[in-house]
Amino acid sequence: MRYLPLTPEDRASMLATIGAKSVDEFYTDVPDAARLKGKMGGLPDHQGELAVERHLTKLAAKNRSASSGPFFVGAGAYKHHVPASVDMIIQRSEFLTTYTPYQPEIAQGTLQTLFEFQTQVAALTAMDVANASMYDGSTACAEAAVMAARVTRRKKVILSGGLHPHYAAATRLLCEAQGLTVVQLPVAIDGEGDLSKAVDGETACVIGQSPNVFGTVTDLSGVASAAHEKGALLVSVFTEAVSLGMVTPPGEMGADIAAGEGQSIGNGLNFGGPYVGLFACREKLVRQMPGRLCGETVDADGNRGFVLTLSTREQHIRRDKATSNICTNSGLCALAFTSHMTLLGGKGLKQLAELNHEAAIELADALGAVKGVEVLTPRFFNEFAIRTPMDAEAVLAMLDEAGIVGGVRASRLFPGDHLGDVILVAATECTTADDIAAYADALREII
Amino acid sequence: MSMNSTGRPTAPVSVSTAAIETVSGSRGLLQHEDLLFEIGTPETTGVDLPKPKGLKNRLGGVARKVDTGLAGLSEPQAVRHYMRLSQKNYAIDLGLFPLGSCTMKHNPRLNEKMARLPGFADIHPLQPQATVQGALQLIDELATWLKTLTNMPSVAMSPKAGAHGELCGMLAIRQALIARGESETRKRVLVPESAHGTNPATAVQCGFIVDEIKANKRGRVDMADLKAKLEKSDDVAGIMLTNPNTCGLFETDIREIADLIHKAGGYFYCDGANFNAIVGRVRPGDLGVDAMHINLHKTFSTPHGGGGPGSGPTVFSEALAPYAPVPFVTKDEDGIYRLVEHVDGEASESFGRMVAFHGQMGMFVRALAYMLSHGADGLKQAAEDAVLNANYIQARLKHVMSPAFDGYCMHEALFSDAFTADGIETIDIAKALIDEGYHPMTMYFPLVVHGAMLIEPTETESKAELDRFCDALESIARRAAQGDDTLKGAPYLAPAKRLDETRAARKPVLKWAAPDASKVAAE
Repeated sequence: MRYLPLTPEDRASMLATIGAKSVDEFYTDVPDAARLKGKMGGLPDHQGELAVERHLTKLAAKNRSASSGPFFVGAGAYKHHVPASVDMIIQRSEFLTTYTPYQPEIAQGTLQTLFEFQTQVAALTAMDVANASMYDGSTACAEAAVMAARVTRRKKVILSGGLHPHYAAATRLLCEAQGLTVVQLPVAIDGEGDLSKAVDGETACVIGQSPNVFGTVTDLSGVASAAHEKGALLVSVFTEAVSLGMVTPPGEMGADIAAGEGQSIGNGLNFGGPYVGLFACREKLVRQMPGRLCGETVDADGNRGFVLTLSTREQHIRRDKATSNICTNSGLCALAFTSHMTLLGGKGLKQLAELNHEAAIELADALGAVKGVEVLTPRFFNEFAIRTPMDAEAVLAMLDEAGIVGGVRASRLFPGDHLGDVILVAATECTTADDIAAYADALREII
Repeated sequence: MSMNSTGRPTAPVSVSTAAIETVSGSRGLLQHEDLLFEIGTPETTGVDLPKPKGLKNRLGGVARKVDTGLAGLSEPQAVRHYMRLSQKNYAIDLGLFPLGSCTMKHNPRLNEKMARLPGFADIHPLQPQATVQGALQLIDELATWLKTLTNMPSVAMSPKAGAHGELCGMLAIRQALIARGESETRKRVLVPESAHGTNPATAVQCGFIVDEIKANKRGRVDMADLKAKLEKSDDVAGIMLTNPNTCGLFETDIREIADLIHKAGGYFYCDGANFNAIVGRVRPGDLGVDAMHINLHKTFSTPHGGGGPGSGPTVFSEALAPYAPVPFVTKDEDGIYRLVEHVDGEASESFGRMVAFHGQMGMFVRALAYMLSHGADGLKQAAEDAVLNANYIQARLKHVMSPAFDGYCMHEALFSDAFTADGIETIDIAKALIDEGYHPMTMYFPLVVHGAMLIEPTETESKAELDRFCDALESIARRAAQGDDTLKGAPYLAPAKRLDETRAARKPVLKWAAPDASKVAAE
């Protein structure tokens, strides 16, 4: 077996050193009834690289990749171009095959990149401080809600009707498990402002999203004021990190906590994971933050160095009093994010955002020009909702036959909400003029 | 002096090398590297993007006011920045990484290659299911491996890491108690004091109250204490128990523990972080376990990446299976794979959704490649070799160090600091290992052993590598026993000296700030 270096002779000599006759002696604590005799049924024996590669390549070939034709699916994950050097950097053994940097003297590489990541996330969200990553946007959102409850010592969490329903579900689950009350506002394409009316003196936080799941961008400043007036926090959520290049970021709207998905920068679609959750907040809340934090310090020679810090918040020190149970997070995805962000720079990100926005404008104009199609999203960044005169599932199936992956049917995300004729459509810098024309032409044929 | 024909010296000359300072701050191959914000500018970019057309925006005024000001680097600068930083990291590809409980084993590169196939890496979680049948089949195949290896009937694939898997298991227990109408009364979760910190943290995240159980002198659950804690049983939700446990030992009484918990009306959550010791020899389903997460990034070798991403699929017993989260993959009679994404119909008892989308697909591909490569025979051999390697280390070092417990260990060897002279701490031994070219062992965990040193070599180390490591640690241990003060300054040969963690925490600096312009001018 190619991954196991011990030879039969090694094993025999090691057993002799130990003074054991066979490895069976190491398993004598296992109750007899639970010892597995013989082989496990139904599982094949070991195989060479070629055989494994053949099987997995066959499975991969049954999937349609996003790059193989016009592709307009968004709603929380986005098809962007990732520079070749990003993948090279994250495949460096020194980053790929190391652990959480518990021993800072031999982990300055990882620690410095995390410090740079935190700096970038804080700047992008216009917040004071950011942590070293969460699993993804949805779990970052859930953690933000329970953090707000800790900070305010209140028990009510209000979710906007434009919050991604997966984020809403993850948040509701964690909140309810902790005895919090979750109020979900009715699904609305342009309803983030409704949070202002819903907030009351018992509210821990309101959670709004911009751009929201229908693509609508909203200035949440008014919501922030309304929340702060009642002693509540604003959690500002985003699923498309590239939007931060030109859309009003959480910090400029008065958000107390920003939680979002960082997949769009540096990370591929990967069928939903692994992604990288971004989490940032105001400085005064930092000791209530979940997750790892990397901080600057000096070493014994007085040289600048970095360490994991404020770990008294964390499970390995605080156990049942920790701010979260999170341990392993998304280190390598954070490295992909930060290295792509480094290649972009502030100016590059802005330009990338503009290209996304312009592709979406052209797409919206092309689809909106198709008779019977209505663009529902009033203000958008790179995605929007359309209404078609037919059932969305049927429309998407016919588009599929034309080689076009036309978006997400809203009813897949909101099954009971009478959105059967609504499709969520996204465009990015990968979307070409030909793609847009093909989509509009096919839609015209179908309708 | 030897010279070649051009007059260039070709043999070294002996001069004193003490305290050589360099202008650059670099030390030969180890290059000094500033923060990227100190190297780059916001105008610099390492990507060539087309120029935007200048269309009138549709943001309705919801536009960013202040630019990020973030520095960029050209591609050569960026590549060099990260390569230089990479040189300051230790990694499993460089040497033995005996971090107990973390299972740092070799990461096969085939797995990386497979995960990058466009058919896996470039598919969207919400594209039509007909276009991702191969991906759903892969998830189903991996699920079958996990269920078979554990002899458990059901598995939730969506948890994102080990602690997220714990959350999944405990939320299923909570949901089962809701279904029984006992969620308000059964709030107490028993957790051994030796547990990973994530266990008590998870229990509290799910609204439970933690009740600690003591360890006995053999490093296992103290059965007398457990029984005492179960005398009043109508408030017991369950137990969270790691097996093999964090002392690297198999819980001898595990079946009786399971029976006691079940009799008390509670459920048995098993922390599967150490499943790698028993794969192919013991199936958790035969131990009375109701839920267990599996760290694909430990047992099944998906790389740790400097702190994730992980993946924590969670297996369930019949009793908890109905409450497992959405989404999950099913296969219809016509052979079509289908995602069940909502709490409805066949998932009507599910506790709900923990996370966006369907789990860590990139990790699933790697883990399945690992399993197919090993096969049932190789997985069992891997577990046995991991246990053999740990026992070999214990046998080689037990004369100079202090084994925490008598007898054989499983996949990790645990020592206390009893053998060290006064003034020498576990951390000094750990840091001295760095100078010998090794990553330190896990230190000060588990909490039940004083100055704990937990050494997990894994199965992917050769005997020669183990011998070199044991020679190094044996020498350090002897110095520690003799009270060699020079250990206090270790590491001497690492990219950084010991770092001041107190200072970092006292006044946290969590991001780079541009130097104050007036101050710079004054200097």
